[in-house]
Amino acid sequence: MMRRVRTSPKQSRWLPFEEPLQELDEQIHALEEFTAERGIDRSAQVAALRERQRTLTQRIFSSLSPWDQVLLARHPSRPYTLDYLRLIFDDWVELHGDRRFGDDPALVAGFARLNGKPVAVVGHQKGRDTRERVFRNFGSARPEGYRKALRVMHLAAKFGRPIIALVDTPAAESRLEAEERGIAESIATNMAEMSALPTPIVVAIIGEGGSGGAIGIAVGDWIAMQEHSIYSVIPPEGCAAILDTFGRDASRGPDAAAALKVNAESVLALGVVDEVVPEPLGGAHRDPPAAATALKEALARSLGKLKRLSTKTLLERRYEKFRRIGQFIEPPSVGADS
Amino acid sequence: MWDRRPRLSSLGPGMPGPTQPWAAVPHGRNGFWSPREAHSRLAQDNPLRGRSRTAEMGATPTNSRAAVDEIPDGLWGKCTKCGAMLYQRELERDLRVCKHCGFHFRLGARDRIAITADPDTFVEHDAALAPANPLAFPQYEEKLARDQGKTGLLDAFIWGECALAGVPVAMGASDSGFLMASMGSVLGEKVARAMEFAAASRVPLILFSASGGARMQEGIISLMQMAKTAAAVHRLGEARVPYLSVLTDPTTAGVWASYASLGDVIAAEPGARVLFAGPRVIEQSLKIKLAGGAHTSEFQLEHGMVDLIVPRREMRATLERLLGYLWSPPAVSGAEPP
Repeated sequence: MMRRVRTSPKQSRWLPFEEPLQELDEQIHALEEFTAERGIDRSAQVAALRERQRTLTQRIFSSLSPWDQVLLARHPSRPYTLDYLRLIFDDWVELHGDRRFGDDPALVAGFARLNGKPVAVVGHQKGRDTRERVFRNFGSARPEGYRKALRVMHLAAKFGRPIIALVDTPAAESRLEAEERGIAESIATNMAEMSALPTPIVVAIIGEGGSGGAIGIAVGDWIAMQEHSIYSVIPPEGCAAILDTFGRDASRGPDAAAALKVNAESVLALGVVDEVVPEPLGGAHRDPPAAATALKEALARSLGKLKRLSTKTLLERRYEKFRRIGQFIEPPSVGADS
Repeated sequence: MWDRRPRLSSLGPGMPGPTQPWAAVPHGRNGFWSPREAHSRLAQDNPLRGRSRTAEMGATPTNSRAAVDEIPDGLWGKCTKCGAMLYQRELERDLRVCKHCGFHFRLGARDRIAITADPDTFVEHDAALAPANPLAFPQYEEKLARDQGKTGLLDAFIWGECALAGVPVAMGASDSGFLMASMGSVLGEKVARAMEFAAASRVPLILFSASGGARMQEGIISLMQMAKTAAAVHRLGEARVPYLSVLTDPTTAGVWASYASLGDVIAAEPGARVLFAGPRVIEQSLKIKLAGGAHTSEFQLEHGMVDLIVPRREMRATLERLLGYLWSPPAVSGAEPP
């Protein structure tokens, strides 16, 4: 009997809803190994299976639930900020430290070239293996991370460089030491300052847009979301754990994810972001270079448009962009109000 | 009896600021409240007192700080902190501060304005702004209706124009009895309007914050209120109009990480819980248990996040003194400062 095929790292991480795909994948690998070992050609069968896998993927990915989107956004193989810095940008120079307390590896900042033109880049960074995950604090930035990002963004504004922010964080760090150093103040200050930085800012949510941790670097002129990213006011599990609507039961995260409308299409429909950037079939992690190409096009195109605006118009539009978000009922004035 | 008057909600929604029938009492020595003044404002002939705390708190049995109010129609209650028996009427006279241990009970938004603004000067703005259900979130409308009935407010925040020791100001207050004063579209919009009004009319802004954080039921739209209010604070700052932020129990999460921590001066009531992430969220997401009671006004003062802690009885006078240092009202009404 043949040993179970060992899958490559890229294929080792299948999400629950991808189970049929995983089975097909194992069959394909078995056939390929058979071909290699026995010299008997099974390429026709492999091609047929691959085609079946492709159509099945299309079918599965055309009807993803919000919770499936959450799992995709958190996929451990998903490209992170530093991956996109390699794939999209050239000549990345990372700048460290907030000049106040320390350097936060969970939020990277620096300068790079996009199509040859200098831009500042700030972005959350998660880790790929356990050691790096701990080093990057699972992408949960601390106050010094937000302050470093703001410092670099001020540099960009000072020297007339546009800013690109890549958002991918489960949430801001919230443990005691973060509170002691003012995590709330750092996020609030970033939002206030970013609302008026006199240079174009393009934001892309590339994975998890996790509440305050995300918005702390996500105030800008053009907000894009990758197709399988999420943007949420609270992790769905956290919402389920808190609200009696979900029985205060964290395991009802999937219900909360649906109610919170966290997936990119819903967030676009709510008018909170400007664009959804398509990802390769199966998600960005199946083909990072293709995902990067689409993201690069979106970043360059939106920056190009923004550069044509005067600073005054740019800042007026940025203020209005956030100012108008909100849905409420306001009866026509009956003279009760002054 | 003062606790048997008609409820505010019986006045109907969208009513403009109530006219206060009690006489304008000159403020006591140094602007501090004498017990008699306090009583006349909070309890005696104030129709606002008709809003029965018993009924309000009875509906939120989870609110541990409401112990005093849990005895129906009770004249006596127990202090949550020190356990001393408190005569209700005396507690109201003491601005709902325990005379034995100084514990500050929560105060509704209208009561807060009533004990802070000069008598008969408060004119409410945007009183008719009502919440919608942009995500069609389950059970949201029921909860809104419940707390609208409970508090007589349409949402968790009121603001308007008034005078503070004769100085025209804009003033707003959150009501933790309304969905824990979470920030949704209405709260965000009202805060932004208050800030824009203060900037345009050149009157200082005083906001009393209390909030459980973002309003989860409005999902990503509530997260955007953080950016919206932070941007509005920035504009108010550019107009060089002072903004005093007062933190009351509890000021947390999305509000603490936006406009509340962006005040020119940040004052806090003693013992108020002030923190970024609620214990339940942290325990859920990080799987760690927190030491209780760490995140208070005093903790934030110690770590440099608030300017001063001010007991309730001294708040009015302290705000007046602070404004005296930061603000010179235009000499002639309507005249622009140079």
